Amino acid sequence: MHTPSSAAAIPRKPSGLSLGVLLFRLRALIALFVLIAVFSILSPSFFTRANLIILVGQTAINAIMAVGMTFVILTGGIDLSVGSTVGLAAMVSGLLINRGLPIPPLGVAVYFNIPAIIVIALCLGLLVGAFNGLLITRFNVAPFIATLGTLYVARGTAQLSNNGATFPNLVGNPELGNTGFPILGAGSILGIPIVIWIMVLFAAVAAFVAGKTPFGRQVYAVGGNERAAELSGIYVNRIKMAVYMMCGLCAAMTGLITASQLVAAHPAVGESYELNAIAAVVLGGTSLAGGRGTIWGTIVGALVIGVLTNGLVLLGVQEFWKKVITGLVIILAVVLDQLQERLQQRLALKRA
Amino acid sequence: MDQMEQNRPETHQIVMVAEKVTKRFPGTVALDQVDFTVYTGAVNVLIGENGAGKSTLMKILAGVEQPTSGRLLLDDSPVTFKSTREAAHAGIGIIFQELNLYPNLNISENIFVTRELTRGWVVQHGAQEKVTRELLARLEQPLEPTTLVRDLRMGQQQIVEIARALSQNVRILIMDEPTSALTAAETEALFRIIKDLKAHGVAIIYISHKLEELLTIGDYVTVLRDGKLAASAPAQSVNIAWIIDKMVGRNVHAPHHHERTVADNNQEAILEVRDLCLPRLGGGLTLENVSFTLRPGEILAIFGLMGAGRTELFETLMGLHPEASGEICLGNKKLRQQTIRERIDSGLMLVPEDRQRLGLVQKLSVAHNITLANLKRFVDSFWLNERREQEDINAMIRDLAIKTRTPQHPITSLSGGNQQKVVVAKSLLTRPQVLLLDEPTRGIDVGAKAEIFEIMNRLAEQGLAVLFVSSELPEMFTIPDRILVLSKGKITGEFLHDQATEEALVLAAGARQQTEHPTGTAPT
Repeated sequence: MHTPSSAAAIPRKPSGLSLGVLLFRLRALIALFVLIAVFSILSPSFFTRANLIILVGQTAINAIMAVGMTFVILTGGIDLSVGSTVGLAAMVSGLLINRGLPIPPLGVAVYFNIPAIIVIALCLGLLVGAFNGLLITRFNVAPFIATLGTLYVARGTAQLSNNGATFPNLVGNPELGNTGFPILGAGSILGIPIVIWIMVLFAAVAAFVAGKTPFGRQVYAVGGNERAAELSGIYVNRIKMAVYMMCGLCAAMTGLITASQLVAAHPAVGESYELNAIAAVVLGGTSLAGGRGTIWGTIVGALVIGVLTNGLVLLGVQEFWKKVITGLVIILAVVLDQLQERLQQRLALKRA
Repeated sequence: MDQMEQNRPETHQIVMVAEKVTKRFPGTVALDQVDFTVYTGAVNVLIGENGAGKSTLMKILAGVEQPTSGRLLLDDSPVTFKSTREAAHAGIGIIFQELNLYPNLNISENIFVTRELTRGWVVQHGAQEKVTRELLARLEQPLEPTTLVRDLRMGQQQIVEIARALSQNVRILIMDEPTSALTAAETEALFRIIKDLKAHGVAIIYISHKLEELLTIGDYVTVLRDGKLAASAPAQSVNIAWIIDKMVGRNVHAPHHHERTVADNNQEAILEVRDLCLPRLGGGLTLENVSFTLRPGEILAIFGLMGAGRTELFETLMGLHPEASGEICLGNKKLRQQTIRERIDSGLMLVPEDRQRLGLVQKLSVAHNITLANLKRFVDSFWLNERREQEDINAMIRDLAIKTRTPQHPITSLSGGNQQKVVVAKSLLTRPQVLLLDEPTRGIDVGAKAEIFEIMNRLAEQGLAVLFVSSELPEMFTIPDRILVLSKGKITGEFLHDQATEEALVLAAGARQQTEHPTGTAPT
């Protein structure tokens, strides 16, 4: 047999995207710059070093959660339990600092140092994620329902941990060797808050994992077409399990930061945070149907929400109006996302 | 009038005629100037290969589709049906192959759905159930009208479909493969019902692949081939050989075998399947004692009709049906509980039939689809070496002549044939020893089909064992070294490429079902 004569000519042209489509794709970034410009003009105190650091610091809390959420949404899932995981991680860190780990039969409590407490809280986040993943993969519960259930379970557990009361004053005790917890939320390195460094670290690692590793590629494949992914030999359930665990880890990190910033662990902390995280992911252009989106988009999305919140406060806009505006921005983002989908389909048809 | 018909069964009157009906779809002509006559009080059999145009013709008669040209005559006057509703109004009912029943409703509700007997706005359940009971009695099925359809067996559900058609006072009843899901007893009951309907002057249009069955109950036989009318004749004057002859035609597909040196007979088998059985939901077997071997460099084709178990066979080989029993040996390794990944790693890979649903990830680029099944090949430490990945992607695009503007283009921007090549490329990158292709040429144009076969041929020359499934008869005479025929989950024939004839394949694929499975469900 001879080889096919029509050897494929692969023109090495830059992908034939028009400027319009490119601008459309970068809409979140453009929106971010526009918002920054508008608030800079309207409020003299907006574009100052001090305010920007505050803004990014506020954003970081949401962004870290949203990074984990991005992976979940890329597989076509959703995690509603992150807000409760934030609360649970905060309460556990509070408990371990103020009371230690009680061991009832011996009547003693074991105290850990702060790095150990952080590790324990993060592991707890992984555990919550594993619980979600197990429900979704082994018991075939829809992600929305499974994580809704976990939302209540985790929140209830957080409240039970101190009978609904706050763990106050988490400064630790020098005699027990567990001081230093507030540094996480209040400290800074090179003049930039640790919180922001953590966000950058999480985002960089996540972007690398999503873009450059087989795992990341498989996450996109599972979200794009689960059955095709399975037939390509991808362990779909393992991928799903992993993304929920990563999401739980990110939420636990957020809980630690929040507790550290407040120097207290309140059982209601993190309530409705899941919605902010989902909003950031969606604003960043990730499709709720799965298979499409980027970590950097999510960071931009979180920044858009952060700028909007911060700027509207500086302008003295009433809290209630803030909510209305944020909501409208999210709706607009999804509408634009649908438009992009349709636009690309039309372009694909034209090419075919 | 009906009574008179009954007394003169040999001179059936014409109730409906399709004259020079043509139906064009973008790119293909499904029906080309077909004439079809429907006699009242008779079973009008329609037969042909897959894709011969039977379903299209039925859809036109039932108002589902409208002809591009040609006309329909009902009682000698021209009619046009814009919808099934209009056709139903004219007395034409159709029972589709896939039943259209609501499992959550009961029998009488199903029969009267959208045509409920009402007083004011209130449904008269009592009246509906009374009519239903009468209908079921006429069909010799004393079922309770309030039984939920989901609790009925397939055959009984078929009866409900027929009852629904009868309740609309049909004059013409179209039945598309009505016995494909029935047991022998249910088939007999159905034939009695058909005789009864005939006696009442109803014209039956009957589609089936079971040749003996057609001759048992048919009065007139019409054969379609490649969208054209091949022949029509009274059933008494024809036999099975005649039907097959008309179905496959003469000199249409001149067998042209490749000149590839056929695999060495002494070579050790790479794939050995023994007594593979796959239970079917609701009893019976989807695959029954399937055994075969495959040598390196050999191309083995599996021919069979829809529902013969071809796709299930491949799925079982890939490990999608853990409930299957029997033995699968790949090389010297016995495959038992292995996952899909482990099977791929040991050298088995599937190109699935449904490209869009199972083969591709539409949101990924051409490049990322190609490497999806073997990412670990490109891993340095724990990240992907994109340079090496790109090299393999480019090599695949070159080798298989995939036409894409850049590898980064979305997969959806390619034509069907090129998308299929991407799926093949993905499979080849796993370095398989045995490649399974399920209907590899479905939905792609003629040129791409030839290219796919050329690729398969080339792979076989390189020592790959190729197993492919097709329901297209002509494909059996292109490249396979050997052909297995699968019918109702059982291997009903095996032919070397130079021994196979179209007649023999068709007979093995369809006709043996009746004789070999008298009960309809396979014994264990």
